[in-house]
Amino acid sequence: MKKTTVAYYPGCSAVGTSVEYEKSTRAVCEALGIHLEEIQDWSCCGSSPAHTVNHILSAALSGRNLALAGSMGHGTVATPCPSCLINLRTSARKIEDPEFSTKVNALLDEPCKTAVEPKSILQVIVEDYGVDEVSRLIRHPLKGLKVACYYGCIMTRPPELMRFDDSENPMAMDNLMEAAGAEALPFPLKVECCGASSGIPRKDIVMRLSGKLLQAAEACGADAIVSACPLCQMNLDLRQKQIRKEGYITKPLPVFYFTQLLGMALGVDKRTLRFDKLVVSPKRCLEKIAG
Amino acid sequence: MKDINGSSLDMDFIREVEERSGQKVARCYQCGNCTAGCPYNFAYDIPVNKLMRYIQSGSRDKALESKAVWLCGSCQSCTTRCPNNIDVCRVMDVLRHMARESGQKSERNVRLFADTFLESVEKNGRVYEAGLMAKYAAQSGNVLGDIDLAPMVLAKHKLKFRPHPIRKRKAVEDIFRRFRENGHK
Amino acid sequence: MRIGVFVCHCGSNIAGTVDCPGVAEAAKMLPGVVFASDTMYACSEPGQEGITEAIREHDLDGVIVASCSPRMHEPTFRKAVERAGLNRYMLEMANIREHVSWIGKDVELNTNKSVELIAMAAAKLSQNSPLTPSRFDVNKRVLVIGGGVAGIQAALDCADGGLDVILVERETSIGGKMAKLDKTFPTIDCSSCILGPKMVDVALHPNITLYTACEVDKVDGYVGNFSVKIRRKATYVDWDKCTGCGACMEKCPSKKSLDSFNEQVGTTTAINIPFPQAIPKKAAIDAEFCTKLTKGKCGVCAKICPTDAINYEQEETFLTEDVGAIIAATGYDLFDHTVYGQYGAGRYPDVITSMQYERLLNASGPTGGHIKRPSDGKEPKRVVFVQCVGSRDPSVGRPYCSGFCCMYTAKQAILTRDHLPDSQAYVFYMDIRAPGKLYDEFTRRAQEQYGVQYLRGRVSQIYQLGDTIVVRGADTLAGDQVEIEADLVVLAVGAEASRGAPELAEKLRISYDSYGFFMEKHMKLGPVETNTAGVYLAGSCQGPKDIPASVAQGSATAAKVLGLFSKDQLESDPQVASVKQPRCIGCMKCVRTCPYGAINEIEDRFKNPKADVIATICQGCGLCTSTCPQGAIQLSHFTDNQILAEVNALCPPFMDESFE
Repeated sequence: MKKTTVAYYPGCSAVGTSVEYEKSTRAVCEALGIHLEEIQDWSCCGSSPAHTVNHILSAALSGRNLALAGSMGHGTVATPCPSCLINLRTSARKIEDPEFSTKVNALLDEPCKTAVEPKSILQVIVEDYGVDEVSRLIRHPLKGLKVACYYGCIMTRPPELMRFDDSENPMAMDNLMEAAGAEALPFPLKVECCGASSGIPRKDIVMRLSGKLLQAAEACGADAIVSACPLCQMNLDLRQKQIRKEGYITKPLPVFYFTQLLGMALGVDKRTLRFDKLVVSPKRCLEKIAG
Repeated sequence: MKDINGSSLDMDFIREVEERSGQKVARCYQCGNCTAGCPYNFAYDIPVNKLMRYIQSGSRDKALESKAVWLCGSCQSCTTRCPNNIDVCRVMDVLRHMARESGQKSERNVRLFADTFLESVEKNGRVYEAGLMAKYAAQSGNVLGDIDLAPMVLAKHKLKFRPHPIRKRKAVEDIFRRFRENGHK
Repeated sequence: MRIGVFVCHCGSNIAGTVDCPGVAEAAKMLPGVVFASDTMYACSEPGQEGITEAIREHDLDGVIVASCSPRMHEPTFRKAVERAGLNRYMLEMANIREHVSWIGKDVELNTNKSVELIAMAAAKLSQNSPLTPSRFDVNKRVLVIGGGVAGIQAALDCADGGLDVILVERETSIGGKMAKLDKTFPTIDCSSCILGPKMVDVALHPNITLYTACEVDKVDGYVGNFSVKIRRKATYVDWDKCTGCGACMEKCPSKKSLDSFNEQVGTTTAINIPFPQAIPKKAAIDAEFCTKLTKGKCGVCAKICPTDAINYEQEETFLTEDVGAIIAATGYDLFDHTVYGQYGAGRYPDVITSMQYERLLNASGPTGGHIKRPSDGKEPKRVVFVQCVGSRDPSVGRPYCSGFCCMYTAKQAILTRDHLPDSQAYVFYMDIRAPGKLYDEFTRRAQEQYGVQYLRGRVSQIYQLGDTIVVRGADTLAGDQVEIEADLVVLAVGAEASRGAPELAEKLRISYDSYGFFMEKHMKLGPVETNTAGVYLAGSCQGPKDIPASVAQGSATAAKVLGLFSKDQLESDPQVASVKQPRCIGCMKCVRTCPYGAINEIEDRFKNPKADVIATICQGCGLCTSTCPQGAIQLSHFTDNQILAEVNALCPPFMDESFE
């Protein structure tokens, strides 16, 4: 079994509304031998609100964490949240410009120099660890489960910045799910936005955007959607009842985090994977895999 | 009616947007690809490509008074697919910055949400989600908006009801303070 | 030496930033200069007369013209001095326009630099010797590479002009892309009906030798005397015996061969004739899919063939043809749209290219001319055409406009409404480019008469949902997002350079641009010539163009070749390298350096190895001259002494002092 260590940046949702993602991520990484060293006293990257207010502020909020991660001595800082990821990566890229970097460092206690590369947990598993390695450790294949893998809009876009997988038809999660024994269906809206953080101020946007995603997944014949983003998962899962009322789908469609399903396949204790936290009941899917 | 002699063509506006975004708007040939793929377009008053056109033609007010600049979800569809390799997303961000700086509130709730979010970060170092929701609900007057979600959220313990500031939260507070001191809003 | 200097004003082009009279005055001080004047336009008739008169009046034996780049007017001035009785190589030009007046505005600096350039020219001129071109015979045969409509036209015009023509085509039949089309814009003529007779003419013309399933392997020689090695691919069918009856096709059990003529809509048999009007109508076996050739089993075609033409042992052969001129008419290929991930990257069977659609429309195509969805064979109700796929798109490395897609899309939309009156056709476009005769009227007809819905906006994404294809585009004129659930989507793919074009260019020693299109001599005034004497360009190999332009260029190259061959002998440029044998030590470095293979190893009368230059092949590049350690090989008119004279004139020898 391969062993890797990465700096770990959980992100605010991980300790809030997407605790199940956090827990299952940690469980999966432990099972695979990926050691997650959490950044001490990490702070919010600012997410979308920060970069829509000012780019220097946003870079500083991320920059603080990059500086902390840099001092930990690992080449990579991994995060499960794509929003955190894009902020960290954008910040890392922008402070290569000395003029911009000066403005950012003026706001920080410690100046930020990019010595770490931010990556998603999915990326670390697929690129650094390897799907083949993972398949060797699968104990309980997810036989019979048809999934639509939904990556969210920013995990692989824009390609020159995120440098991961394909920007129109990524396959990392699909390959992982297939290695875990499930059937990854060809899903046409893999990178289409779910409505992101407009859920609270403009609910109608999330209704429509997430509604279309659920509709497409249902049309493909998926048993469940597999997600790698806390905000996407929340929009598709927590708000699914609201969306169903708008008429986009007819039956409930469970929305898993990929780490939850992968964890199951790896033989991790189900209780650690916190399926109980999912709003739309995953019962039928879990029965399908077990049976 | 637009004054064709160019006096309503705000060259400074074009220059400012180009400088702040690092993008050359003259490269845009108005193909509409961005509008075509924009998932948020249905909610916009002005489609993305038209906003780009407003920049090209120096129409500052029309661009900054729009609601669209507030609703952009930064989903990167436009940037990824633009045939002229323009980072449209970044231009939208810059327009939003400029709208905010000029005091625009055409989508009041969106602006409020961003402000409340950042207040929470400033105070705690991380987002205290329950506090954010409460404050937003109070200030937006939208208390009952997602009340139907409450049972699930509570039952699944999806929110912590005590703020959880980080130890070095002053470091984050300092970031915001210095930001304001340096003349930003 | 008696040198005359003529400083040109070029209107205000030079005189604007250079003190021309001042330069002329200063030039009088230079060693060897006995006459100097300034003139308004040296290249004009009075300008040239001024030069020839001065030569006679002042008994000049060398002339310097300080004016524009020699690339503009060197031939003009050379002819002028020759008219006055001097050898044309006793002329030097000092470029005081492109190298002086056009790059700076400081009059003093410019004037000084002009004088320096003239000083250099004078130093070189005093080292010049008269050179005489030699003459060589011209082989009045022409090679046409490529059997598309441009090549066909060039071949026919040359042949009708009395020349022997060799036409080489790499597919088994001539016809090119035009043979694949159903109808042509703007007349909606049937493509094979208008091309067919020309193809037959080629086959029957007594002056044309047709080699298909052949490729140019190597080109040696020079204008008037090319030697071309042609590779005959193995078709496994003896074409002297094959009658094109097609019985082999009917019985061949291997039906999964790539059908490239039908753009891979469906498959074909391993032994096949590409289309019914093929010229020559001969069968060929695709070895990759032939059971006999891959596994040693079957052999049905050999048993069936009434003339016993099948030969599984056939090998590729080579033959050589000697010609005096070469016309490249190798056409174009279509852009590979699978790089557009947002359009499905080729995963969706009902998202096809324009050429594939053309084959569906064609009555001798894989669907007998019935428009059917490749996925389920059903007739589509809604067909969406997407223009500019791989054109006008810097993000995929294709910023240029392909020029014909607006037209062919309008044609295909009209034909769609014609074939399927109940259907609805949509076209997403950015601009409509319809510059030819009756072209704009044609695109208007599509909208006005045939009810094709034109939407101005690009398509951001195409994806499959169940049975339909969702097309997400925009209508920028209305300011809307437009989403269409289509049954069939046709991508108007752009043109790119033909596969293998750069390699052929290297063989022909012509230039090509970053896209692989061959470079013409001059973009405005020399569209069918190249910078290599004897090699001409016709058709889309020079840049995407429509059929009338390709035909025009085909005829144009024929005119050029007939002009070239109007003389029995051609003059060779005397600015070539030559070897001073006593100095040559036989190291042969020059032989290895020469990019044109113009230098050979020979033996002198003492059997010592020596280098020898074949003057007619030498292109005068000078690499050998700088390579030779002995200075034994020298390029006439650019010898070491001539160049060093220029250097010394510019930089008076400080070197002697600096070594102290």
